[in-house]
Amino acid sequence: MLRLYEVSLKSRLLLGTARYPSPAVLAAAVKASHTEVVTVSLRRESGGERAGQAFWSLIRELGVRVLPNTAGCHSVKEAVTTAHMGREVFGTPWVKLEVIGEDDTLQPDVFGLTEAARILCAEGFEVFPYTTEDLVVAERLLAAGCEVLMPWGAPIGSGRGLNNLFGLTALRAHFPQVPLIIDAGLGVPSHAARALELGFDAVLVNTAVAQARDPAQMAAAFAQAADAGLAARLAGPIEPRDFAAPSTPVIGTAFRG
Amino acid sequence: MKILVNGAWRNTAGTQLSALLEELGYGDSVVSTAVNGEFVATAARSRTPLAEGDRVEVLAPMQGG
Repeated sequence: MLRLYEVSLKSRLLLGTARYPSPAVLAAAVKASHTEVVTVSLRRESGGERAGQAFWSLIRELGVRVLPNTAGCHSVKEAVTTAHMGREVFGTPWVKLEVIGEDDTLQPDVFGLTEAARILCAEGFEVFPYTTEDLVVAERLLAAGCEVLMPWGAPIGSGRGLNNLFGLTALRAHFPQVPLIIDAGLGVPSHAARALELGFDAVLVNTAVAQARDPAQMAAAFAQAADAGLAARLAGPIEPRDFAAPSTPVIGTAFRG
Repeated sequence: MKILVNGAWRNTAGTQLSALLEELGYGDSVVSTAVNGEFVATAARSRTPLAEGDRVEVLAPMQGG
């Protein structure tokens, strides 16, 4: 079981809810993924417009836990205010904390992130910080009170997978007890399997599912891949080696000697 | 008075945040509010005065990653 703050989860896949072709397709993908957690956001809505209300009804009907994000925030102040607004609307202390530092890569502003995390943890939020694989930043986030970290695989929506294997492996090794969720940049299910094989606890996927030709089928594929990766991790994979090692026993081989 | 609501100027007769929301048709919508960058909880809207030029954000649930 995956434990995130006081919540135990069976699924190792968290799913984003943005960029699906329609609400019906989103609902089908959530069901096919068997996810227990979806990310949600807040946006401006004019009076009389009901898109947000309809979306919220849909999510509640799906019966999944929500993880509100602070996407689009570029400062500590914006992120903290958005977190408060999300907590009220969605009724959860969970927040996926994003403080964006750079628009081409949507790279986290790790300085703002650690400051916002400190403020929000002190206010009782359960913070899921969207961060890089930087060990020192991770240390600061944990010191701020975060009990889960969400390092990026690659830039949001890029589909490039685990961009810095060495850095991510070092992060995993350095914080063996901390739940680590690969967030952002995964493109295909094998990326998710790889993340779990490396010992990451879960993955969060959005664009790769939402923009697939068949989002529900892709959601199911990601779920299977995450489960397979976890099973492989628990089964103890062999170490890669440089030379061949015959799998068929060589003793008694015909025509030799 | 003129209030900046979600980035657009609005003329309002309401002097409290709750009155402004009613006037703009939010009614019983699930929304969250901020005035001049500070979160204002639902329960505090009726005692949150507005002044000329205030910036009000009204946010609703939306898809997110």
